[in-house]
Amino acid sequence: MSETVIDQPIDRSGMKVSDEVAIEIVGMNKWFGEFHVLRDIDLTVYKGERIVVCGPSGSGKSTLIRCINRLEEHQKGRIAVDGVELTSDLKNIDKIRSEVGMVFQHFNLFPHLTILENCTLAPIWVRKTPKKEAEADAMRFLTKVRIPEQADKYPGQLSGGQQQRVAIARALCMRPKIMLFDEPTSALDPEMIKEVLDTMIELAEEGMTMICVTHEMGFAQAVANRVIFMDQGQIVEQNEPKAFFNNPQSERTKLFLSQILGH
Amino acid sequence: MAGAGSFRREMLEAQAPPAARTGRLRWLQENLFSSWPSALLTLLSLAAILWLVAHVWPWFAHSVWDAGSLTECRAIIRETWGEGASGACFAVIRERWQQFLFGFYPRELYWRPTLAFVLMFVALAPILFAELPRRLRWFAVAFPGIAYWLLWGGPASVPLAVYAGFAIAWLVHRAVAARSSELVALVVAVAAMILWWLHLAGPVARALPILELQPVGSSRFGGFTLSLVIGVTGIAFSLPLGILLALGRRSQMFFVTTMCVGFIEFIRGVPLITLLLVASFLLNIFLPPGTNFDIILRVIIMVTLFASAYMAEVIRGGLAALPRGQYEAADALGLDYWKATRLIIMPQALKISIPGIVNTFIGLFKDTTLVAIIGLLDPIGLTTAIRADTNWNGIVWELYGFVALLFFLCCYGMSQYSQYLERKLRTGQR
Repeated sequence: MSETVIDQPIDRSGMKVSDEVAIEIVGMNKWFGEFHVLRDIDLTVYKGERIVVCGPSGSGKSTLIRCINRLEEHQKGRIAVDGVELTSDLKNIDKIRSEVGMVFQHFNLFPHLTILENCTLAPIWVRKTPKKEAEADAMRFLTKVRIPEQADKYPGQLSGGQQQRVAIARALCMRPKIMLFDEPTSALDPEMIKEVLDTMIELAEEGMTMICVTHEMGFAQAVANRVIFMDQGQIVEQNEPKAFFNNPQSERTKLFLSQILGH
Repeated sequence: MAGAGSFRREMLEAQAPPAARTGRLRWLQENLFSSWPSALLTLLSLAAILWLVAHVWPWFAHSVWDAGSLTECRAIIRETWGEGASGACFAVIRERWQQFLFGFYPRELYWRPTLAFVLMFVALAPILFAELPRRLRWFAVAFPGIAYWLLWGGPASVPLAVYAGFAIAWLVHRAVAARSSELVALVVAVAAMILWWLHLAGPVARALPILELQPVGSSRFGGFTLSLVIGVTGIAFSLPLGILLALGRRSQMFFVTTMCVGFIEFIRGVPLITLLLVASFLLNIFLPPGTNFDIILRVIIMVTLFASAYMAEVIRGGLAALPRGQYEAADALGLDYWKATRLIIMPQALKISIPGIVNTFIGLFKDTTLVAIIGLLDPIGLTTAIRADTNWNGIVWELYGFVALLFFLCCYGMSQYSQYLERKLRTGQR
């Protein structure tokens, strides 16, 4: 796996992560049938924090972030997002989902709607934003991800990188407090990875709370406050990126890093 | 340097594709005579077509349009074209076409079904073609009432009282929802609507007889009017019912799923004829004595239920074809179940299901001819009646051909529309 070169590393010194808690996960467990996919996860994410989650496939990293907005249901422990605890109460779930943006590996844009409609749908129907306002908003975010000229096209007419940037804009249109990225660049051609990462870096610079599941170690080094390494459904090691990459503690982490950075 | 590598100094410019090979001769050569076997097949096909036309054409060419009976027809053909000549006797169509279209509807009132037929297209247009102003769709909402009033006659207050039920439900829902939960409001609203229909709508409609048209009983309905009434109503109701059943079948709630699966499997497992016979003979036994439950209404209910079971399975196929990511993306944006279904899931699932949906529509429309078995005089029922007439005893091709043509026009129209819709909704390509 080649390391993507990031040409605009963030100045981390001026960015103070607050003491306010954005997400709190305590003793969380999840099973898929008999398979214990997440084991005793404890994780506190502070507002403005940028966390990169990495680990071998099947280690539960996607499942972990999908539990945060209840795309997967956890069976034990508690998760609170922005002070609201995730229970089976549908009202709570919808409230949390409208505060948490998510970007998927396969974009999951709505193919029957134009790019603009993709971006305005949730603000209009969930936030009850007037259509005009929602469209102006959407155009602002599309400009931000540098594809305002594609607004009237359909997702099927865009390249993968463009689609993923639309997906980011779509999530941003809901003005989320937290953004979750589930391997946002894994389905992209190498040439398109950078355009998506650049967008994510801009977002990080603005102080968005982000949790990214990714294999882009260059991105982790440039942007993250904290890198979490997962294996077999557990958090094996977490540290700030410099220490994580230069001085990994666990043998499992060392092996993983040597495999993805070793060539 | 001895290496095998090479590199390009300049990139090539894009060029226009080579000029397309056009011209009729070229087309003929490429499509019909590209090789000896294909040339041979072309000639054989041509010969087969010519042979067919040569045998069928005289039947049309010798047709008689003006005669009082089949015997008279045959005499005219013999006189004009000589002994042994065959010809069509379209005189029967000329004599009976009004019956084919309107059944035994009073002759002086033919304008009413005709107007209803024309208005049907006015109502359909804004639904079928999204380019038309959305406000026109209100006419589509009003159309069922107007059509009922035109076809069956009676005071306009009857359909108005039925519509009032919906208005009452809406008002009750709004009033209750303000004070209580959504579910309670829904239940109370539906209860109020049913109470209104059962106990108040009738007396109110009778008390205020406005815009009275001469009533026409269901027994006088027949011909293509009957087919259209059953077919169009069945189509209009089976789609929403099918959508609900398909959603119910995929629901997480045990009882909803069980009921939907049970309904679908039962209805699909039973021949339509049995359902129609139940509607015709058995329903009245189970209903309280004295209730007069219109036979056309009973047939419409059965046909609708039957088609909706098939529709549910067609739509379930569309739902299953949607990637899970679409559901997840809708969920992740905070859309609740009904909004996600309406805005994200259904538009895509229905688009995928268009061929199957139209297939079911066409099947339903043709199945309306089965009502001939329970004694309703749809075009097929009329054909039997006409052939029993001594004047036309023995005539077959002309009658069934005419009925086939009527149905073919409608079904072909539906098929063409579905293809137009598929082309229009294609958003994938660059």
